[in-house]
Amino acid sequence: MPEQASPVVLRFEEVSLAFEEVQALDQVSFEIRRGETCILLGSAGSGKTVLLKTALGLLRPDRGRVEVFGQDITRMRESQLYDIRARIGILFQEGGLFDSLTIEENVAYPLVNQKLLRVPPEEVRARVEQALEFVELEHTLEKYPSELSGGMRRRVGIARALVTDPPLLLYDSPTAGLDPITACTIISLIIKGRDVRHATTVMATHRYQDGTWLDEFRYNPKSGRLEPAGSNGQPGFSGTKFMVLRQGKLVFEGSRTELEACQDPYVAKFVKR
Amino acid sequence: MLDLLKAPVESVQDFFYLAGRALRNVFRRPHYADDIVLQMEIIGFGSLPIVVLTGFFSGAVMGLQLSKALSQYGAVGKIGELVAITLVRELGPVLTSLMVAGRNSSGIASELGSMKVTEQIDAMRALGTDPIQKLVKPRLIAACVVLPLLTIIADFLGLVGGFVIAFTMLNLTPAHYWNSAWQAIDFSDLFQGLIKPFSFAFIVALVGCHYGLRTTGGTQGVGRSTTRAMVVASVWIFVMDFFITRMFVRG
Repeated sequence: MPEQASPVVLRFEEVSLAFEEVQALDQVSFEIRRGETCILLGSAGSGKTVLLKTALGLLRPDRGRVEVFGQDITRMRESQLYDIRARIGILFQEGGLFDSLTIEENVAYPLVNQKLLRVPPEEVRARVEQALEFVELEHTLEKYPSELSGGMRRRVGIARALVTDPPLLLYDSPTAGLDPITACTIISLIIKGRDVRHATTVMATHRYQDGTWLDEFRYNPKSGRLEPAGSNGQPGFSGTKFMVLRQGKLVFEGSRTELEACQDPYVAKFVKR
Repeated sequence: MLDLLKAPVESVQDFFYLAGRALRNVFRRPHYADDIVLQMEIIGFGSLPIVVLTGFFSGAVMGLQLSKALSQYGAVGKIGELVAITLVRELGPVLTSLMVAGRNSSGIASELGSMKVTEQIDAMRALGTDPIQKLVKPRLIAACVVLPLLTIIADFLGLVGGFVIAFTMLNLTPAHYWNSAWQAIDFSDLFQGLIKPFSFAFIVALVGCHYGLRTTGGTQGVGRSTTRAMVVASVWIFVMDFFITRMFVRG
């Protein structure tokens, strides 16, 4: 199988992390290969956010090893971590936009501040516009985050994650607290972002439906629309992996078919429609 | 018992860790000059009205209080001298720093605290900037520059306040008041009067940043950090004031 040959982008080895009494991650091990889509399911407080932040090096594990792009980041100095982070795009749960900066400055932030990227100042504006166009918010350049709706803020967050063209994208509960229609828009943007750039995508969510959409649909750049996977002779995606977290423990890892067949009551709860 | 001590010890350890990293970064690039200027405006220019008012009225009050005590000895003429010494050595630096701590330590803590609880600090780190460089350093540098300047302004207005009392109630001539005030202050007074606000600036900026960056627990947590920052900064200003004064007053 071709995906077996592709290199590992993100690897956790027996990673544990505790906050005082609470075990946020408990011996979590997995690996995600290039081009894969990984859906991280779990209820609130199960450790999804902590896992994503550990992958970015924002949190350091108490035990275990985290490898990103083949480099061990567990013992890296903060200054070295910036070079790794320059190649990762992240959407935070609430968007994580800087509320004292305009939308333009927000989206430009990684371009201006990631030393590794060295984007010439004259190119910044064009790339910001392009990224905002991608999420269909090109008219909001001069606005502040507080002037936008929750869904729009999330879309700006996606634009900011995509603007640097990162090979690895992390989404932390992108649809939490949104109405179903807006949630659908967000998910289709995530699919589009994944398929246009062939980025490895990790999405934490508590909605099983979000994950199935990422599995079922592909973005067709020719028609500019989402299409069911495998239609029109499009190549099938290299794979969607599902993982289920429960109180910091990884209780399931496998394909969608395996997930739907899983007998574990906690896992089954997510799959129930 | 040990569990009770754990939290404060950890907090102190975090504070010194933050202070160490902030100081190490003072001369290291990138410098974010825009942020430094902006913070100077917020801390310096923004505090001007309260510093002017507290300076003026503390000088005036001191004039009033001293006039009574001095008249018992027939030494009302010394008022300029006494107001000058107390203001320059003690009241100017401490009152100014307390005002700025009340205004800006809490302000910094609430600003950084809100950023922390809305994941903006994480976003900053994820997008290639070190919060110590981008948030803590500009505030520290700005406070260190503006607090001594604010103190000079407060000292001067305090002297003006004392003069208003001396001139209107005690019938001293302006020349008499200003001469005795000017001659009373020597170099060590000035030095003491400026080293204090400079040192207090570290407390004002770093305590605010420390509590802001440690904020957890949503909006309630921001409120808690804000109060703590102000209280702790004020108390430490008094403690530090004692030790600095002790260095100048050798028994």
